[in-house]
Amino acid sequence: MAKSQVSMTVNGKPADGLVEPRTLLIHFLREQLNLTGPHIGCDTSHCGACTVDLDGKSVKSCTMFAVQANGADIRTIEGMAAADGTLHVLQEAFREMHGLQCGFCTPGMIVRAYRLLEENKNPSEEEIRFGISGNLCRCTGYQNIVKAIQYAAAKINGVPFEEAAE
Amino acid sequence: MNVQTPTAAERAEKLQGMGCKRKRVEDIRFVQGKGRYVDDMKLPGMLYGDFTRSPHGHARIKKIDTTKAAAVPGVVAVLTAETLKTVNLAWMPTLAGDVQMVLADGKVLFQNQEVAFVIAEDRYAAADAAELVEVEYEALPVNVDPLKAMAPNAPVIREDIKDKTEGAHGKRKHYNHVFAWQAGDKESADAAFEKADVTINELIVYPRVHPCPLETCQCVASFDKITGELTLWGTFQAPHVIRTVGSLISKIPEHKIHVIAPDIGGGFGNKVGAYSGYICAIVASIVTGRPVKWVEDRIENLSTTAFARDFHMKTEIAATRDGKVTGLRVYTIADHGAFDACANASKWPAGLFSIITGSYDFPTAHVLVDGVYTNKAPGGVAYRCSFRVTEAAYCIERAMDIMAQKLDMDPAEFRMKNLIRREQFPYTSALGWEYDSGDYHTALTKAMETVGYRKLREEQQAKQAAFRRGETRELMGIGVAFFTEIVGAGPSRNCDILGIAMFDSAEIRIHPTGTGICRLGTKSQGQGHETTYAQIIATELGLPADNITVEEGNTDTAPYGLGTYGSRSTPVSGAATAMACRKIKAKAQMIAAYMLEVHDDDLEWDVDRFRVKGTPERFKTMTDLAWAAYNKVPPGMEPGLEAVNYYDPPNFTYPFGAYICVVDVDVDTGVTKIRRFYALDDCGTRINPMIIEGQVHGGLTEAFGIAMGQEIHYDDSGNVTTASFLDYFLPTAVETPKWETDWTTTPSPHHPIGAKGVGESPNVGGVPCFANAVNDAFKFLGVTHISMPHDHWRTWVVADKLGLHAGEAAALGA
Repeated sequence: MAKSQVSMTVNGKPADGLVEPRTLLIHFLREQLNLTGPHIGCDTSHCGACTVDLDGKSVKSCTMFAVQANGADIRTIEGMAAADGTLHVLQEAFREMHGLQCGFCTPGMIVRAYRLLEENKNPSEEEIRFGISGNLCRCTGYQNIVKAIQYAAAKINGVPFEEAAE
Repeated sequence: MNVQTPTAAERAEKLQGMGCKRKRVEDIRFVQGKGRYVDDMKLPGMLYGDFTRSPHGHARIKKIDTTKAAAVPGVVAVLTAETLKTVNLAWMPTLAGDVQMVLADGKVLFQNQEVAFVIAEDRYAAADAAELVEVEYEALPVNVDPLKAMAPNAPVIREDIKDKTEGAHGKRKHYNHVFAWQAGDKESADAAFEKADVTINELIVYPRVHPCPLETCQCVASFDKITGELTLWGTFQAPHVIRTVGSLISKIPEHKIHVIAPDIGGGFGNKVGAYSGYICAIVASIVTGRPVKWVEDRIENLSTTAFARDFHMKTEIAATRDGKVTGLRVYTIADHGAFDACANASKWPAGLFSIITGSYDFPTAHVLVDGVYTNKAPGGVAYRCSFRVTEAAYCIERAMDIMAQKLDMDPAEFRMKNLIRREQFPYTSALGWEYDSGDYHTALTKAMETVGYRKLREEQQAKQAAFRRGETRELMGIGVAFFTEIVGAGPSRNCDILGIAMFDSAEIRIHPTGTGICRLGTKSQGQGHETTYAQIIATELGLPADNITVEEGNTDTAPYGLGTYGSRSTPVSGAATAMACRKIKAKAQMIAAYMLEVHDDDLEWDVDRFRVKGTPERFKTMTDLAWAAYNKVPPGMEPGLEAVNYYDPPNFTYPFGAYICVVDVDVDTGVTKIRRFYALDDCGTRINPMIIEGQVHGGLTEAFGIAMGQEIHYDDSGNVTTASFLDYFLPTAVETPKWETDWTTTPSPHHPIGAKGVGESPNVGGVPCFANAVNDAFKFLGVTHISMPHDHWRTWVVADKLGLHAGEAAALGA
């Protein structure tokens, strides 16, 4: 099948490649750019394990062709930590609050939470739950993921984190 | 001055041993997207495999033509049953003593069954070609109803064994019969029913569901033609079992097979078994001489690998008029699909289902299970539970509620009256299990007091009155469940898999600088083993948990073990870890005595050191002793500091818990809202409370999914109608309730550290608790049993059948 040239910015660096028109963005990221953080969990856009941040939006990269991302600015979990290796506050928060178990949904969940907090600096629990409802987790029951996002929001806003009353 | 600085407590805290909320070691890589999962692997020259699958539930294969598929650019080979026959691998043995087609041989027995395996240079070409394999089918009559499987004219599912009167577990009653298995004393149970004041009799169905981890099943097989060695990376909950079974099937000597389970994205029972994809990838690698990757997609996962449950339980309880249970009888039809590929201990075709007397003091009981074949996918795994324990717990907890209702007793009060009393432990159940320890009344009392049970009942009564007056359209249900599990398989006298005793293992090496590595036969799929096993070692050996690497999943380096499922990691490998530590500690004590020039008995253990009794300033820390083990051992002693332990537990462990759920039901929409869910778990000694809480949250969420919406459903033609996330309910953060967790601690008396296991408790106890809550909401209207799942539509139908809607039913055709 004829291939097309695509170029985009991924985690702040230029990325180019030759892809079939039907190549999914997730496969381009994982197999050509070797960014194996985003995962494939369902093939039907339900689970969100493949979530990346694309031009300021959370996008399920299994539902988009690589050619559609031509020219886009993409951030994956691999681009969340600082250049010196310091974890992003959300990464720290997920560990602190035990917001992950098997780790398979985690990259998509953190990237989604990043966009959620960009859009809403101080979300309520209900807003967080709605905001991550496109990302499925089979291990944690979400409660500690919600807590982790609250923890990160508090840190970003410079206010003390108070665990919501159980 | 004899003041020790730092103090024992300060030193203990630094170790991060048992009982502390140690942050997880695994998370460092997972939060950065640096987990190493199977699909992340890329080997030079790697090919991709994909299946052509059956669109039919039951059909004869007239012809398979692979010409067009083979012509697709990039396709390297296409395997069919005929190809596999040349290496004698068209069929494979199952863990349950049956055989199973690897690729369809002559006919297909369930929808999406594997028919051909295409191997290509990339996954797109493989998928293209899989579509182009031409198969001519002749449809056959389909049966997907287990209750009709043994009818005189039922379609013959398994032609290969239709005339066999003996199966792996004794006599077969019918050509679609798999096994009959029973426990207990039928005569005495029957007698109890004859004498009973009150009896109940209900068909309780636990529908077919699927464990559905977020990562599907997958593998990479790489066969080296020069050395004759096979390396198989895969999503394996039990890597050693896969190596042994792989060797038995492929005839490749076991020492030439290297099985490696890297990070696993959740298992929940789905990744215990051996699947066609693994066999085909291995054969494909042998045929092509190149590594072959096989990755299931979600539809394949939900419709072919490892369903769970599908138990149809005709349940009877006998009781006295004042509410003492006197007998239990359960007759079960178990739907095993087209092949008996249950993941049970081999001698237990119905698993540990005889835990069905639950937490109650039944004087007598009898259970009988008939397994049957249908045109559904094979499997029958324990989805986040010990073998068939959740079926048992759901059944008994529903039945106890039904009996309480008949006796006009409060379900909690009825349970209190029948719970096994603390002084009865160790308690031998009517079906023969010896429960190790328990304090059930304390747990249930604590649960009831914490939620304000009596007040909730008063509120419910007031709401019911208001409902009858037409002032509200909302019903309130209070679900109570008290469960006892049987986990930690197992004593080898009870449990084996294909003849291999279900022990487990730990091998610990302490390096000269006082750090170390522990390798185990289990395999974490998210449970946090790298964190918790190190905590056991920290407490046992007095070395900081941070200084211990925990490694699992590589059969070349790990000692043999049976893997992680059935909550067996902590009960079995956790015990092995403690026992291996004690061997190391005993040697360290001798070295310490030698160095301090005292007798062994003059030393005492103090957190992280041996000190001379009465002179605590004379001591050797474990770090000192590690160094000494490599240069200063007593004459005649072997140098080094390591130990291995294979632990064969003397008994199972019996975790228990008391759960209470409050649900509000809108009768006009069927919408249910979990107002409150309280879970008290007693898993014995607690290793890491943070991880326990996380396990309970996750298990409750899976239980919520099962009780409130999950079902793998087949239509009458054998089409599986729930094979994607569009149709198979996985709770999102929006539906998932908030969980309240609590605990009591009743250590296991036979376990070296008293731990019982917890990962599956919330699923086992959660499902009946939700179900009891929904049933409880409708109970005052005369309802005795509503089948799961309690989704909004089904709940609306219940309300409708009760006549709670005026005229809507007819309009909607319900």
